Amino acid sequence: MQRILILFAHPAFEKSRVNQRLAAAVQSLDGVTFHDLYEAYPEFDVDIRHEQALLEDHDLVVLQHPFFWYSVPPLLKQWIDLVLEHGWAYGSGGTALAGKRVLSAISTGGREEAYRHGGHNRFTIGELLAPIEQTFVLCGMKYLPPFVVHGAHGMSSGEIEEHAERYRRTIQALRDEGSESAEDAL
Amino acid sequence: MHGAGFFYQALVYLTAAVVSVPIAKRLGLGSILGYLLAGVAIGPFALGLVGEEGQDVLHFAEFGVVLMLFLIGLELEPSRVWRLRGPILGLGGLQVGVSTAVLAAIALVVGLDWRTALAVGVILALSSTAIVLQTLNEKNLLATHGGQSSFAVLLFQDIAVIPILALLPLLAVSGIGAHGDADAEHADTWVAGLPGWAETLVVLAAVLFIILAGRFLLQPAFRAIARTGLRELFTAAALLLVIATAMLMTKVGVSPALGTFLAGVVLARSEYRHELESNVDPFKGLLLGLFFISIGASIDFGLVGAAPGRILGLMAALIVSKFLVLLVLGRIFKMSLDQNILFAFSLAQGGEFAFVLLSFAVRYNVVGETLAGTLIAVTALTMAATPVLMLLNEKLLQPRVGTRESGEREPDEMDEQSRVIIAGFGSFGAIVGRLLRAKGVPATVLDLDSDRVDLLRKLGFEVFYGDASRSDLLHAAGAGEAKLLILAIDSVEKSLEMVETAKKYFPHLTILARAQSRDEAYELLEAGVEHVFRDKLDSSLKLGVEALRLLGFRGHQAHRAAQTFRRHDEHAVRELAAMRHDQKLYLGAARQRIEDLEELLQGDLADPGEMWDAGWDPDSLRQEYGGRTREERDDS
Repeated sequence: MQRILILFAHPAFEKSRVNQRLAAAVQSLDGVTFHDLYEAYPEFDVDIRHEQALLEDHDLVVLQHPFFWYSVPPLLKQWIDLVLEHGWAYGSGGTALAGKRVLSAISTGGREEAYRHGGHNRFTIGELLAPIEQTFVLCGMKYLPPFVVHGAHGMSSGEIEEHAERYRRTIQALRDEGSESAEDAL
Repeated sequence: MHGAGFFYQALVYLTAAVVSVPIAKRLGLGSILGYLLAGVAIGPFALGLVGEEGQDVLHFAEFGVVLMLFLIGLELEPSRVWRLRGPILGLGGLQVGVSTAVLAAIALVVGLDWRTALAVGVILALSSTAIVLQTLNEKNLLATHGGQSSFAVLLFQDIAVIPILALLPLLAVSGIGAHGDADAEHADTWVAGLPGWAETLVVLAAVLFIILAGRFLLQPAFRAIARTGLRELFTAAALLLVIATAMLMTKVGVSPALGTFLAGVVLARSEYRHELESNVDPFKGLLLGLFFISIGASIDFGLVGAAPGRILGLMAALIVSKFLVLLVLGRIFKMSLDQNILFAFSLAQGGEFAFVLLSFAVRYNVVGETLAGTLIAVTALTMAATPVLMLLNEKLLQPRVGTRESGEREPDEMDEQSRVIIAGFGSFGAIVGRLLRAKGVPATVLDLDSDRVDLLRKLGFEVFYGDASRSDLLHAAGAGEAKLLILAIDSVEKSLEMVETAKKYFPHLTILARAQSRDEAYELLEAGVEHVFRDKLDSSLKLGVEALRLLGFRGHQAHRAAQTFRRHDEHAVRELAAMRHDQKLYLGAARQRIEDLEELLQGDLADPGEMWDAGWDPDSLRQEYGGRTREERDDS
């Protein structure tokens, strides 16, 4: 069984619809550590050693967050800057994360059609996530194809519930098999 | 003469100082030159307001030099003196040795007896502690490499006076020359008639006594005096300390300046250091001024007028030969060119020790009376010329030399001044101090509670006893060089007093003040303090945030609410401070402010999406891209 760490970052979780349901769907799964960053560090004072210990204790890291302005929320960026230390996460001797896997689980306001060449956002999600992907590849980790919920702004409760269920199945599959087939499910 | 009562003399000297020093300063000549010119003006060869008694005043005013050495000692911790031991012994020893040889050789060439020549050489090899240190201090050059080296050499010279006094009688030209009065003066000390080794033992015992007394006796004594809270008592104690030390050293036949320097060094680590400094400093300034005036008044222009060419020639010979020796030594000790020139110009004059030593030499028949008179005039004139030479160096030479060393490059050599002064080290100030220290920012701490000062020093903090509302104490604590003044004391009256003092004397200081209530904040803001911090604001907001979280609010949401509240409230305080005195306006504005805040808070409670941080979840965006408003969604 793969141990999964969900790094959840939403500055206004209380106002979110999609992410509340997504979080609820995976929060209490066995083998999953749900880590609510904005609740843990409301003043951005990330505890680096604690975060590194958490990473060492898990095999798969999920970055769950809304895709604000084509990027991660500021606290997650702060987390990346502080926790992924040179000599620990990368560089010579920086092998703490080598071999682990990363999954981005994001929600976007825009619909899927907007994320393509010639579309409203001009790039695909994969292209827009390139900086995040490269960040973790540099740490020797495997970056999985992202889990994306598009069109969060105009979604009905039923639709959201479907996505939450899909999210739960994905996480479960990654946990139980940690295999290519689970990755294929994405 | 002139019915010279004490008040008459005081009137003459003080008037001369008050009139001429500002003029000299205005002309960019520095205060020392001003004092010297004042002395010349009131001396027997110009206005003739003071005559023979000038000599007595000089003796009295020499005490200014003693006070100055005490203050310098206070600035120098023992470890720093120890670090200077190389320059003191090496550079100082060489300077005295080589200069003596060169000057004696010149004296031999002009036909003096070799013993007289040697005496003249060693006497003129010494430089003027008073002029040099005061000039360097005034120009803020004491901490530079050249300044430090000059200081080291002067310190060695002070020590060297003792063996020179012992050496002079041996150089007597006619064996029977020892005059009665010289013996009489020597008989005044406790070491008279003792063999050399016993004399040394007595001196060592006296030095040891000063060190031990400074360590174990003075500390509790000062603490007891501080507890009385009487400022003048502290001044009295400080002066008593210096005078007693000076007398003890005189009694064992050592230069009193050296003794008080030692006492200063012993007390350099004491928490009362800054208080002592600020108490002694005005006396030092006055007496040094008096000293310089007396030098000016004692220059015998009759002698100069009789043979101006001869005097000028001697002056030039003295300055040039000392200058060249210093330049060569500086080169050997690897000084950069600009520092080397500064060093050489600083020490190229004769010194005040020459006056004492020359009269001593006359008594022992080592030097003739006429020659001594000439040399005293030459010495005084070279001393007077030093500020001029330094000025020429600064204005004409240094700009050409290029690399100018800033005074801050070697902060370790001289007591570096902290960039932050914290007044009050109670629970509030202590946190500030600890935070600064954790980031390696040294702070000078002043506190008025002598028990607390004592305790904190035992815990290893750099805390000094003193009332920071006094400008002199602020000055001693380094307010001239500091960047920040942090007021962390309990009493707002005291804080306001300090703000006034700081604004008046140290306008460059940025003041950060603590206020214990809104009213205190108003008062401080009104006094012109920009950075006012209310004691309870942050802790009560923190508590509020925690309360919100315990009630189920998200941590970051609560934090953002507190941030907004804080910004709004700080803004309100500043706005209301301006109209506080207009009761009607104030009440109106205050009510409006409270209403604003309430509205803001209620709005936030009613609709968490709208008031704050709309960027995270804007309804308008939902509407545009989602096609539905929140109301519809909430219904679904």
